[in-house]
Amino acid sequence: MAATGLIMLAYLLAHLLGNLKIFFGAGEFNAYAHWLHVIGEPFMHRDWVLWIVRVGLAASVVLHGVAAYQLSRRDLAARPQGYQHQRRRASYATRTMRWGGVILGLFVVWHLLDLTTLTVNENAEPGHPYENVVATFSTWYGNTIYITAMLALGFHIRHGFWSAAQTLGAGSPRRDRALKTAANALAAVLTCGFISIPIGVMTGVVS
Amino acid sequence: MRLTLRIWRQRGPEEPGAMTEYQVDGIVPEMSFLEMLDQLNEHLILSGEEPVAFDHDCREGICGACGMVINGQAHGPERTTTCQLHMRHFSDGDTIDVEPWRAAAFPVVKDLVVDRSAFDRIIGSGGYVTVPTGSAPEAHATPVPKPVADTAFEHAECIGCGACVAACPNGSAMLFTSAKVVHLNVLPQGAPERESRVLDMVETMDSEGFGGCTNTGECAVACPKGIPLTAISTMNREFLRAQLRGGRKG
Repeated sequence: MAATGLIMLAYLLAHLLGNLKIFFGAGEFNAYAHWLHVIGEPFMHRDWVLWIVRVGLAASVVLHGVAAYQLSRRDLAARPQGYQHQRRRASYATRTMRWGGVILGLFVVWHLLDLTTLTVNENAEPGHPYENVVATFSTWYGNTIYITAMLALGFHIRHGFWSAAQTLGAGSPRRDRALKTAANALAAVLTCGFISIPIGVMTGVVS
Repeated sequence: MRLTLRIWRQRGPEEPGAMTEYQVDGIVPEMSFLEMLDQLNEHLILSGEEPVAFDHDCREGICGACGMVINGQAHGPERTTTCQLHMRHFSDGDTIDVEPWRAAAFPVVKDLVVDRSAFDRIIGSGGYVTVPTGSAPEAHATPVPKPVADTAFEHAECIGCGACVAACPNGSAMLFTSAKVVHLNVLPQGAPERESRVLDMVETMDSEGFGGCTNTGECAVACPKGIPLTAISTMNREFLRAQLRGGRKG
C-alpha cells in the first residue's frame, strides 16, 4: 500500500503542475495537453509514454485497492467482538481512510469518463481539454463532486503519506515531526492546488 | 463514593457473556481500581454469588498481569496499569463500564481474564539472545554506547500486558512485537540473531491472528510504559533489511 500510494502521490504532483497551466489561457493548456501525446518523440511513438503511465497508474490503483481490502478483512477478523463502551478513536483523517479511499476510487472513474473519454462531459470536444474543463466546472454537480473528492484526497494523504513512511521504515523519533509536517504540506498543496481550478472557473478567472 | 459498575460476565470460553450491573458503595479515592473490584468481590462472595474473575499479580505496575478496558480505554483514563489506576479519577455517582481485552488472538477465559499466551509464542520465536550460561560474563567485554543502551531500555520497558492490542482498532500486536524486536536488535548481544529474530517474530505474530497495523497510534496512547510509536517503524525497517539480506541467518 505504501509503495503504490507513493507512486500515485508522485503522479498527482506532476498532474497538478500540468493542470495549473489552465491559468495561462486556452492556448498554453491545450498545447500542454497535446504534448502529453507526443512525449518522447521520435524515440517513442505517439501515445506510448501516455500509455506506459496509464498502465502503471492502473496497476497502482488496483494493487492499492486489493491491499486495502486484504488488510481490512484481516483487521476486522482480528476483533470479532467489539467493545460495548465505544469511544471516538484516532484523528478524522485516520478514521476515514477506508471510505475516503472508496470515494476517491469512484471519483477517478467519474474523472476519466468526464475528461478522458468525454462520455459525461457537457462540451465533449476532443482535442479541446481547456473548453471541456470549463464546461465541467460550469455545472453545480461537477464542482460538488470535484471539490468533495479533493477534500477526501487531502485527508487521505494527510494520514497516508506519514503512514507510508512508517511502513517503509523511514520513521524515527527525530524525523517524526518532519514527516507529519511534510504529510500536512503535501495534503494542503494538492487539495488547494486542485480546488483552485473549479474556483477559477466559478469566479471567471478561467473562462 | 457510590458507583455503578457494568462488568462483562462470562462463565467460560464457550459461554455467552453479557454486561452485568453492580452497585458498590463506600469507595474511597485512595483505593486502586483493583481494590475497588476486591471490595465488590467480597460482597459477591458473602451474598453467595460468583466473584468477578480478573488477572492481577504484583499490583505495582511492573508485571503486566492486570488489564481491563475501562470506559472504552485500555487500563482506564490514566496512562498506567489498572492496578495503579486510583479511584480519585472517578466521581461519586459515575457509571463505569469494565470489559476484557477484545481480540481474536486473546480469547476470553472467564469474565475479565483473557488468554494472552499468543504473546508468549511470539517471544518464544525470537525474543531472546543466545548466550552461554553458567558463568557471569565480564561486564566490559561488550561495550554498549549510552544512547544505544537508552534506546534498548526504553523498549525493554514493555511488560507485555496487551493494552496495545486491546486499544488498536485492528487488534494488532505490532507495538508489542516491535518493542521486543527493537530492544534486542539495537544491542550487540542481539546482533547474531538480528535478521532471524524480526522475521520469526513477525511470522508468529501474523499466524496468531492479530490484525495489521494502519498507524492509528492508539497503541502508543494506551501503553502504560510509554513504548514509542516509532518502534513500529523501526521494526519495519529491520524487517525490510532482513529480507534484503536474504532472510534467516541466525
